[in-house]
Amino acid sequence: MTRLLPFIGFLLLAGLLGFGIWWNTGHDQTAIPSPLINKPAPDFKLPLLYEPAQTVSRASLMGKPYLLNVFASWCIECGVEHPVLQAEASTLGVALIGYNYKDAPDDAKAWLATHGNPYSVLMADTSGQTAIDFGVYAAPESFLVDAHGVIRYKHIGPITMDVVNDELKPAIASLQQEPH
Amino acid sequence: MRTLPRILLLALLLFAGAAFAQAIEPLPFKDHVEELRYQHLTAQLRCPMCQNETLADSNAPIARDLRNQIFQLMQHGQSDAQIKQYLVDRYSEFVLYDPPVARNTWLLWFGPLLILLAGAGTVFATIRKRSRAVTPATSPTAHATVDEGDDW
Repeated sequence: MTRLLPFIGFLLLAGLLGFGIWWNTGHDQTAIPSPLINKPAPDFKLPLLYEPAQTVSRASLMGKPYLLNVFASWCIECGVEHPVLQAEASTLGVALIGYNYKDAPDDAKAWLATHGNPYSVLMADTSGQTAIDFGVYAAPESFLVDAHGVIRYKHIGPITMDVVNDELKPAIASLQQEPH
Repeated sequence: MRTLPRILLLALLLFAGAAFAQAIEPLPFKDHVEELRYQHLTAQLRCPMCQNETLADSNAPIARDLRNQIFQLMQHGQSDAQIKQYLVDRYSEFVLYDPPVARNTWLLWFGPLLILLAGAGTVFATIRKRSRAVTPATSPTAHATVDEGDDW
């Protein structure tokens, strides 16, 4: 038994390190779980990018679920996720709402002209003040908000096809099964 | 011929501050006490973007925004605890360098103590075993086996 002790110690250590590898490859280590999940989305009122005289607010978006996508022209990973949004916007089953984050309006418009505009509504937060209430710290970030204005899911980092199929679509499906 | 290096050196000295100028954002503190409070508070908070820097040290855009927000909240008379709660509500307890003792942080707080106790237990057990092995070792043969065990 005494002779087995080092071996048992080795197994325990190997198990611990193996768990560490499994745990850290399974999820994005830099993503901070949002405390806003299952809480009402913060109250906001932001101008539209293309018609700054008009505003969008939390109240005006109530009634239907939507996916709020935080992006910026200066954000490199937004360019990575953009083709996915372009392709999947119509298949999601919820409105895709653009949240242009800390961007010069002209830069944002030029970027969208190049990459395409998948958003049904597009608002601009030039100062980034409202984004603090959403707990945004790095674009791209996406929030799934239900018909009652409650944040149900958040994805930090670019949306890939895997994210769409494994996380986003199941989350949207579970929203649609709920009684309204 | 020696003037060129001197001019270059002078230029370097003159513009040495330029690299730092970017990081300096003078905030209109009303007195030194408020400034110290601000510096103390931002040094206790963690930047969510570049995750191993404090809000005070980080040059990330979000750190700059959050520093400004903290300054604004201070102007509105909020206490340090209220400002921390404001950030925790939005960015989770991740932003606190000093996490509160709660059920989900017990392992974090007391885990090292458990490992220390386990180590102390092992050392204690080993010492007891050895002293037991040594005590009846009055015969020279038994002594030899104990010495062999110490070879490593």
